[in-house]
Amino acid sequence: MPGQQEKILDVRNLQTHFFTDDGVSKAVDGVDFSLNKGETLGLVGESGCGKSITSLSILRLIASPPGKIVGGEILFKGQDLIAKSEAEMRKIRGNEISMIFQEPMTSLNPVYTVGEQIAEVLRLHQNMGRKEAWEKAVDMLRLVGIPSPEKRATQEPHELSGGMRQRVMIAMALACRPEILIADEPTTALDVTIQAQILELMKKLQAEMGMSIIMITHDLGVVAETCDRVAVMYAGKVVEYTTAKNLFENPKHPYTIGLMNSLPRLDEDVEELVAIKGNVPSPFNMPTGCRFAPRCPHATELCHSKLPELLTSDDGSKVRCWMYTPEWDGASKTATEMGV
Amino acid sequence: MFVYIVRRLLQMIPVLLGVILVVFLIMQMVPGDPAVLLAGEGASAETIAKIRTQLGLDQPVMVQYFHYVTDVMTGDLGTSLRSNLPVFDEIMARLPATIELAIASIFVTVVLGMVAGIISATKQYSAADITIMIVALLGVSLPSFWLGLSLIYYFSVKLQWFPVAGWGTWKHMVLPAITLGTAGAAIVARMTRSSMLDVVRQDYIRTARAKGLREQVIVYKHALKNALIPIITVVGLQFGFLLGGTVLVESVFAINGLGRLIVDAIRMRDLPVVQGGVLIASVIFVFVNLLVDVLYRYFNKRIDLN
Repeated sequence: MPGQQEKILDVRNLQTHFFTDDGVSKAVDGVDFSLNKGETLGLVGESGCGKSITSLSILRLIASPPGKIVGGEILFKGQDLIAKSEAEMRKIRGNEISMIFQEPMTSLNPVYTVGEQIAEVLRLHQNMGRKEAWEKAVDMLRLVGIPSPEKRATQEPHELSGGMRQRVMIAMALACRPEILIADEPTTALDVTIQAQILELMKKLQAEMGMSIIMITHDLGVVAETCDRVAVMYAGKVVEYTTAKNLFENPKHPYTIGLMNSLPRLDEDVEELVAIKGNVPSPFNMPTGCRFAPRCPHATELCHSKLPELLTSDDGSKVRCWMYTPEWDGASKTATEMGV
Repeated sequence: MFVYIVRRLLQMIPVLLGVILVVFLIMQMVPGDPAVLLAGEGASAETIAKIRTQLGLDQPVMVQYFHYVTDVMTGDLGTSLRSNLPVFDEIMARLPATIELAIASIFVTVVLGMVAGIISATKQYSAADITIMIVALLGVSLPSFWLGLSLIYYFSVKLQWFPVAGWGTWKHMVLPAITLGTAGAAIVARMTRSSMLDVVRQDYIRTARAKGLREQVIVYKHALKNALIPIITVVGLQFGFLLGGTVLVESVFAINGLGRLIVDAIRMRDLPVVQGGVLIASVIFVFVNLLVDVLYRYFNKRIDLN
């Protein structure tokens, strides 16, 4: 389990804030997680919970101003990425840590051929010549399952379908055999059948190359399909951090439980899907206590006044909730009452 | 592509016929009789009538137009009323200076405008950005004859770096090209800025950053090529204004170009030269437009010309 394996990335108390005219938005406010070699970590949460900002922070791609990493550490192979210079970061980006994005339709440059765009990253990081890089680019297209890659390499993105473009993005991200691939909702914009193909491809290439993946998603189906461990984020903080198996079998945080309950089920006949009541708090005006308290069915005075820590529970998973602390006197009672 | 170019060339014919008609009608409406001007002061009515008959000016306007168009079809632009030389030769003698001036000016427009625009966009809201935008606003607003005279005053008269007037060496080109290119450069700078600002927010620029590319490569390779389409459009339009602007600038700097030829011809009611000059200028402008459209396709393959 986690402890014994080689830790390749360790994010500690990461804080990324945005300083705007309307005030300070604490988009990421104390995020902790780690990533082991060869594993897939899911970063789960609804839109605006800070999962994309977290991933962009790791590559230091936050636009500044208005964004700024104001605190924490991002240890990649023991070295803090926050302390690195811009030149040092450029050597890491696309080379040791790569990223693919949600929108394959717009993430490729429309005026260059896909072959050129893949070759560019190889020439940059692997010191390859024009010809060698081109050949490697074609190889990468073949690797990601694009038919007649020699021809496709000479085409521009608009000549390719969405699924193909995402394959190109994967080819580009993996060209330099990175140690970490950050996949920001890689399948959200794709058809369901294509989604499955892309996830399958990523799993296959992960097995071949031995890289680690950070899978950012709001789709619990994707989590079940791909992830070893999961960090559930809510309003800029990790609220639950556990194995994928635990997450589905024994979710602990009321928010996670809410997410699970809101999934449509095949084995039960339900008229209406259950939704979590209320809205995500505004990042400009976060609740003082637990951030989920205003929407939580179990919230008490304690929850509203004080923020709980991310604590390890008896089965090794971590959860940020007063219900699992000694301070919670009526926990079992309330949980039973609420049918948890 | 070939079919497209041929079709565009064929489409030029009605455009040029229209140009001839408009110029023809305008010249008919301008007061003053070329025959009177040619005959000189105190000429008898008889002499004037004779000249009119010689030139065909006694014929109905439509007949004159028809004759002119058929002559143009055979490559004959007529004879200058003033010099009695073929109009075509007169124009060809003057055209090189104007073409040189236009190319030098468009160079100023493109280089100055794009560099300023890129600096503005990459350093948005910085002191450099604000300065460039204020200078650009001034550049658009300055009348070119005033700018030309000011440049002559400082750089030719006071500093004596460049000749005051005339044409021939590169030194002669500098001040006229700046005079003529400044307004365009200002417009191009503003367009480059807004186009670049739009492009740098695109997802593929984020992808380029995630690849680990240097900022210069992102700006000049990934962003600029995408930002070029609206810039090319503006440059193409500027070329039209520039051809018009040569008239003023050629007068200010005493350059014997096409613009001055046309102005002098208008003053003398030298109808064939005016028509021929405007016709040639129109042909150049229509070709530049075609070039712009072909460049669109070159810079963005998604544009389907057909």
